[in-house]
Amino acid sequence: MPTDRATRRLPPMAQVLLAGLLLAGCSGGNYTWGWYVVSPLNPQGQGNIAFLLSGMWQTISVSLLAITVSIPLGLLVALPGFGRNRVGQGFNRAYVEFIRSIPILPLMLWVYYGLPVLTGINFDPFTAGVITLVISDSAFEAEIFRGGLQSIERGQHEAADSLGLSALDKLRFVILPQAIRRILPPLGNQFIYVLKMSSLLSVIGVFELTKKANELVVTLYRPLEVYSFLILEYFLLVVVISLFVRRLERRMGADQRQRGR
Amino acid sequence: MAETIISLEGVTKRFGTFEALKKVDLTVALGERMVICGPSGSGKSTLIRCINRLEEHDEGRIVVDGRELDQDTRNVAAIRREVGMVFQQFNLFPHLTVLDNLTLAPMRARGMSRKDAEEVARLYLDRVHIPEQADKYPAQLSGGQQQRVAIARSLCMRPRIMLFDEPTSALDPEMISEVLDVMVELAREGMTMIVVTHEMGFAREVADTMVFMDGGEIVEKATPAEFFVQPKSERTSLFLSRILAH
Repeated sequence: MPTDRATRRLPPMAQVLLAGLLLAGCSGGNYTWGWYVVSPLNPQGQGNIAFLLSGMWQTISVSLLAITVSIPLGLLVALPGFGRNRVGQGFNRAYVEFIRSIPILPLMLWVYYGLPVLTGINFDPFTAGVITLVISDSAFEAEIFRGGLQSIERGQHEAADSLGLSALDKLRFVILPQAIRRILPPLGNQFIYVLKMSSLLSVIGVFELTKKANELVVTLYRPLEVYSFLILEYFLLVVVISLFVRRLERRMGADQRQRGR
Repeated sequence: MAETIISLEGVTKRFGTFEALKKVDLTVALGERMVICGPSGSGKSTLIRCINRLEEHDEGRIVVDGRELDQDTRNVAAIRREVGMVFQQFNLFPHLTVLDNLTLAPMRARGMSRKDAEEVARLYLDRVHIPEQADKYPAQLSGGQQQRVAIARSLCMRPRIMLFDEPTSALDPEMISEVLDVMVELAREGMTMIVVTHEMGFAREVADTMVFMDGGEIVEKATPAEFFVQPKSERTSLFLSRILAH
């Protein structure tokens, strides 16, 4: 599993990354590196780092909010796809195919600049950003749920049906608990994707990591150093998510081992 | 003749253009033990799966315990609570312990309290001779034990009818008898049972009625005495000679 490898090899990977940057700094063409602008060893660097890190909370909260809303929404979109109702099936397919075909940036511009025209409600950049990520992500979540739910053997459905469980109880107690283990890895992947896509929110003025970096670049004119630092920030966030998802997987895997198979 | 609990009239079931059941008529009396056999693809599994609506029949009428299986989902739900089913592949819930497998449906579909449901569950685990396995997961049990858990799980709903769909076909030979023993005991207690199986020893021992199916039709229906000694149809005797030969 890729996440597995990523987390276990973290220290050597970080070393390679740093070595690469240093090497480029020593030997790289005519460019004189100015790492001091993001160095924790001098007051100016400390100030800049504090400024860059101050976008962290917005990035985290926007991503967390988006994923928390889009998971249940994705499930709601996925479920009609399994029903016998043709209208429900049609809704499911249309939603998924249409929404996932919209690039996030135009969707965001549409939500931020266009939706107020329709609804008369003005969204602040943060809200517009969350709405955008939720809409876009829910289509992908729906597909993840569809894959996971479909992977449960027909015999499980038949056993639950023959025992007289209602459709909702069957889903809640029999199908979902088994599907969630298979859904978790792609869900973790999607979380990472949402986190990275939140960088686009800088365009409409959400003060998250990328926006902060852009502002600093304009005043310092040190794009290479600042954006390198920005990439490192995302890298660290993604590592934290990977570790968290791995832990969840292990916890759920505990009784999977008891299942054998 | 005892009260009729299941009746099928002119039941037809198609999968695409293939007719799995062709105008099948069948009645089962309360307390009757019926064994259905026949070559694979003859429609015997489809027949019992129509009785609890795992398959929807295309034509004809099916009445179970006074309720007709129709588009009314409340009827279907009510019938499923009264009809237990045991599958070839056990189909236990792998993420739940044996005890939770047994208590889930009584609690959710019968509204029993956890305490009562566990009491009933332990009673039936005792009946299928594995009271000590309550806290294990299905994968920790042998095939024979899993199938006995599956039987207990159905019995916990206190059904009036039990359907068995080739319950020993997926088992290693040494485990078949432990499952059949439980089924014989169940038959002795007067449970209405329809069993799809090729275990002819079991059929001779417990069946009131033997049914032979071929090509989606009931070819022969007789008492075991007639069925095994003097089958009326040539197809039946050919089938019997094949499966009894070894």
